[in-house]
Amino acid sequence: MPASTGNPMQDEAVVTIYERSRPGRAAYVAPPPDVPDVPLDDILPPALRRATPARLPQVSEPEIVRHYVRLSKRNFDLDSGFYPLGSCTMKHNPKLHERAAALPGHSRLHPLQNDTHTQGALELMFNLQHALAEVSGLPHVSLQPSAGSHGELAGVLLTRAYHEARGDAREIILTPDTAHGTNPATVTMAGYTVVNVGTAPDGGVDLDDLRAKISDRVACLMLTNPSTLGLFDSNITEIARVVHDAGATLYYDGANLNAVMGLCRPGDMGFDIVHFNLHKSFTQPHGGGGPGAGPIAVSDRIAPFLPVPVVARDQDGTFRLDHDRPQSIGRLRGFHGNYGVFVRSYAYICSLGAEGLRRASQVAVLNANYLKALMARPGIGEHLPVAYDRHCMHEFVLSGGPMKRNLGIRTLDLAKRMLDYGYHPPTVYFPQLVDESLLVEPTETETRETLEGFADAIAEILAEAAVDPDVARNAPYTTPVRRLDEAAAARNPVVRQPMD
Amino acid sequence: MSDYLAVTDDDLDVMLRAIGVASFDDLLDAIPEEIRMKGALDLPAGRTEQDVMRHLADLARRNTSCDDETSFLGGGMYDHYVPALVDAIVSRSEFLTPYTPYQPEISQGGLQVMFEYQTAICELTGLDISNASVYEGPSAVAAAAYMAWGQNHRPEYVVSEALHPHAKATLRTTAHGWGGRVVEVPLRDGVTSADDLAAAVGPGTGAVIVQQPNFLGAVEDLRSLSDAAHRAGAVMVASCDPIALSLLATPGECGVDIAVGEGQPLGNRLDFGGPSFGFLAATSAFTRRMPGRIAGQTTDADGRRGFVLTLQTREQHIRREKATSNICTAQALNALAGVLHLAWLGREGFVGLGELLARRTHYAREQLCAIPGVTPLHTRPVVREFAVELDGDVNAVIAHCQQAHGINPGHALAADFPGHPNGLLVAVTEQRTKADIDALVRAVRSALGATVGEVAV
Ligand SMILES: Cc1ncc(COP(=O)(O)O)c(C=O)c1O
Repeated sequence: MPASTGNPMQDEAVVTIYERSRPGRAAYVAPPPDVPDVPLDDILPPALRRATPARLPQVSEPEIVRHYVRLSKRNFDLDSGFYPLGSCTMKHNPKLHERAAALPGHSRLHPLQNDTHTQGALELMFNLQHALAEVSGLPHVSLQPSAGSHGELAGVLLTRAYHEARGDAREIILTPDTAHGTNPATVTMAGYTVVNVGTAPDGGVDLDDLRAKISDRVACLMLTNPSTLGLFDSNITEIARVVHDAGATLYYDGANLNAVMGLCRPGDMGFDIVHFNLHKSFTQPHGGGGPGAGPIAVSDRIAPFLPVPVVARDQDGTFRLDHDRPQSIGRLRGFHGNYGVFVRSYAYICSLGAEGLRRASQVAVLNANYLKALMARPGIGEHLPVAYDRHCMHEFVLSGGPMKRNLGIRTLDLAKRMLDYGYHPPTVYFPQLVDESLLVEPTETETRETLEGFADAIAEILAEAAVDPDVARNAPYTTPVRRLDEAAAARNPVVRQPMD
Repeated sequence: MSDYLAVTDDDLDVMLRAIGVASFDDLLDAIPEEIRMKGALDLPAGRTEQDVMRHLADLARRNTSCDDETSFLGGGMYDHYVPALVDAIVSRSEFLTPYTPYQPEISQGGLQVMFEYQTAICELTGLDISNASVYEGPSAVAAAAYMAWGQNHRPEYVVSEALHPHAKATLRTTAHGWGGRVVEVPLRDGVTSADDLAAAVGPGTGAVIVQQPNFLGAVEDLRSLSDAAHRAGAVMVASCDPIALSLLATPGECGVDIAVGEGQPLGNRLDFGGPSFGFLAATSAFTRRMPGRIAGQTTDADGRRGFVLTLQTREQHIRREKATSNICTAQALNALAGVLHLAWLGREGFVGLGELLARRTHYAREQLCAIPGVTPLHTRPVVREFAVELDGDVNAVIAHCQQAHGINPGHALAADFPGHPNGLLVAVTEQRTKADIDALVRAVRSALGATVGEVAV
C-alpha cells in the first residue's frame, strides 16, 4: 500500500464483503419451523444435493449496510454532479417516479396474475404504448424489449420476418460508420452481414455511398437522426426514398430521441421501426448499468410481426394481453417487459404532457448549442475544435486532435483531469470517426451556470496543460483510486473473489 | 406541469445571443420544413406532481397485488421477502443514478458490487466465471444459445419440454435470426429423460437446454442429462432457480457448461415481471465468449486495489459486428439487489431458506393431493413449486379461490401444456406459512366442491 495521501477515501483499504465474513455472524433470522420436520433426505435425495454450501459471506446487518453505503460513496452519480455523457442522456431522474413505482399495486403485482386483476397495469401500458406511438409517429408499439440493444434486435428480427413473409431473402444490413457498436453487433446476431455506409463532409450520410451500396440484397438501413455526431441529417427524406425504393426497411436507433420530441417524428421522416431508450429520453435512472427498457414502435406493414403479447383494449373498455397474433416473431423475453420502468416513464410523460416534452427537447438543443458556443472561446476552441461547425441538436462532438498536438495531452488525459474537478467527462473516443473525440450531451435539466462552470473547468485544465502537461497525464489525484491498469486486468483476469 | 427545467427568459436571451441566433427555431435549420411537426403531440396536457401521483396510485389500486391476496403464483417469479436493507441501499442516488462505469476511478462502488455479484453467482452455480448480469431469465437462455453458436456453429437446440415456456419462445425467436431451430424432448413422469435426450441429440446439436427445477417444479437429474449432451458434443446449458441452488447439486458439479437463470427471487420486486436480472455463468472455456460487462480486479497507479470493466475485447463497443453479444445496458441495480439479499441471508441462512421452502413445498403438495379431485402431476422431488391436476375446471377453481377466499392458488398450465387442461402450478415461499397453506387447501377443497358439485368442507 502507498503511504497516506491525506485522502481518507484513498487510504481506506479495499475489502470485499467476502473478506468481512466471520463464522458465526449473520443478519437473517429464519422464520420458526411450522410444517412437519420431515428429514431432508426424504424430500430431496442426497444425490441431487450440492456437496458444499455456497460460500456466501457471514456478516451482520450493520456490517452489510456500512459496507455498501461506503461503497456507494466511491461512485460519482447524476444526483451529485454534471454528467454530460454523450449519447446517454443523463437528465434528471425525478424522485416522484421512485415513489410511484414502489406502490405495492405496481411493485408487488405478479406477472402471471390474470388480466381481470391487472387492469390498472394494463391501462398504464396501453397509455404508454399510445404515447410512444405519438412521439415516434409510428402507430404500433411493443413494450417488450429490455434495453436499446434489445430493441434493435427486435427491430432487425422484425425486418427479417417482414422480408421472409414476402419470400424475399436478403442478407445485408447497412449501418453508418458513425453507428453505435450495438447496431453492427445486433446485425450479426440476427444473421445478417454488416456493410458500412460512409459519412459526408457535413456529417450526414454520404448519399453517393448509400446509393452505391443499396440493392435488393439489403434488408435494412439502421440510422439515428440526429446522428451520433449530434447532427440532424437534412437528407433524411431522400435517404428514406432510396432505402424504400430498394425494398429495404429503415430503422431508427432512438438513443438520440431526446433531441426531437414534439419537434419532428421518425415516422414522418420515413422510418419503419424505432426503438426508445426509456432510460435515456424518458428518465428511468441508469442504475450504474441498467435496468432500462427498449420499447419499439413500427409502421403498419411491420405491425403483424410485433412480439407477443401486446396490450389491447376491447370494445367495453377492458384491457387484455393479446397473444393471438399469428404472424408474430414471438417473444424476446419473459412476461411483459420492464414494467417498473414503464411506471416511471409514464409518470414522466404525464407530468410533462405534449407541450412539456417539446419544451424538454427544445431546451436540450438550446443547452447543447450554448455549451458548444462556450467551447469556441479562446483558450478552448483552438485546442478542442468542434468537429462539425453547424448547429447541433442535443449533443456535439469535439476533436481533441489539436489539443494532443498543441499541448501534448490526449482526450483520455483531459477526461481524467475532469474527475478532479468534480465532473463526469463526456463520452470519449466515440464516435470513432473523429480523432480523439469527445461527445458532449448536457441535457435540458442543467442550468446555464452549470454549463458555464464546466466550460471554465475545461479552460483551466487546458491552461494548466500548457504549463505542465504531466498534471493531466497523471490525473486523477483526488478520486478513490487513481488511474487503473486495465491492460493488466485483461491480461490476467481476476473476476471473482478467491476463496480459501 | 412539472418539467424539471431551469431556463429563464433571461437565460434564453443570453444563450441565444452567445450562440448567435435570433430565435430558438433558427437552431433547427437542419430539419426540413416538410417533416417538422406543425401541431402538438396528441397527448394530455402536463400535470402537477401531486396529480400524477394520484393518477398512478389510482392505477395501482386497480391491480390485485401480493399484498391484496395470499398468492401461490410462481412460474419464474416468486413473492419472496425482500429485506429492508435492499430498498435502503438500491435507492441511494450513488447506485441509482450513475451510468455504466465507463470512468472506473469514480465508479469503484459499482464495479466492486459487480465483482462481489460475480463471485456470488460463481458460488451458487459452481462455475468459473460470471458476467455482471443480462436482462432476465428467458433472454439469458437465448444468450447462452448464442454462446454455443459462437463456439460450434451447430444450429439445433434441443430443449426440455419443461423449460419455461417464455424461455422456449424467446429462444425460438432469437435463434431464428442466426438460423437456429428448436427441438423439444417430452417429459416422462415430470422430468426430462436422459434416454430420450440421447436419442434427440446429434452432430447438428449446438446445445441442450434444460431447467432446474423444471417448469413443473420437478428436480431434474442434471448429471445424466449433461452426459447425454456431451456425448453428442453439444454444449450443456441449465436454466436454474437461484434460490433452489442453495440445496441442489450445482451446475458445475453436474457437468453443465453454461448456467443461466432469472434473478428475481434474489432481492427483486415482482414489478409485474420486470425489471429483474438474468444471471449467466460458465466454465472458463467460455471466458472469451461471455456476453456483456465483466468487472475485474487490478491496481491503480499507486498500487491500490481497484476494479475495472475487463475482457472488453468481447464487447460491442470494441468488436462491433464481431462482438459476442449486442448487450450494452444490462441490469446492474437489480444485480446489486441480488447480492444484498444473498449477503443478508448469509452462508447458513441461504441453506436454511432452501430447506424451509423444500419442507413447506413438500407439505403443501401432500396436503393438496389429499383432497379428492387433486392428483400430483408428477411425484418427483420438488423444492419450491409443484404441479397438480384438478378434477374440475382449473379457471373456475382459481376464480373461486380468489373471490371467496382471497387466495390465488397458482398458475393454470393449460395454455402452455395442453396435455394438462386442468393443471395448476403452485409456488411456496417463506412468506406463505403453514396456516396459509392450510387455508389454500380449504379453499381448493371448497372450490372443487362448488365447481364439481361435491360437498364443500
Ligand atoms: C446511439 C446508441 N445506440 C444504442 C445504444 C444501446 O442502448 P442500450 O444501452 O440501452 O442497449 C446506445 C447506448 O449507449 C447508444 O448510445
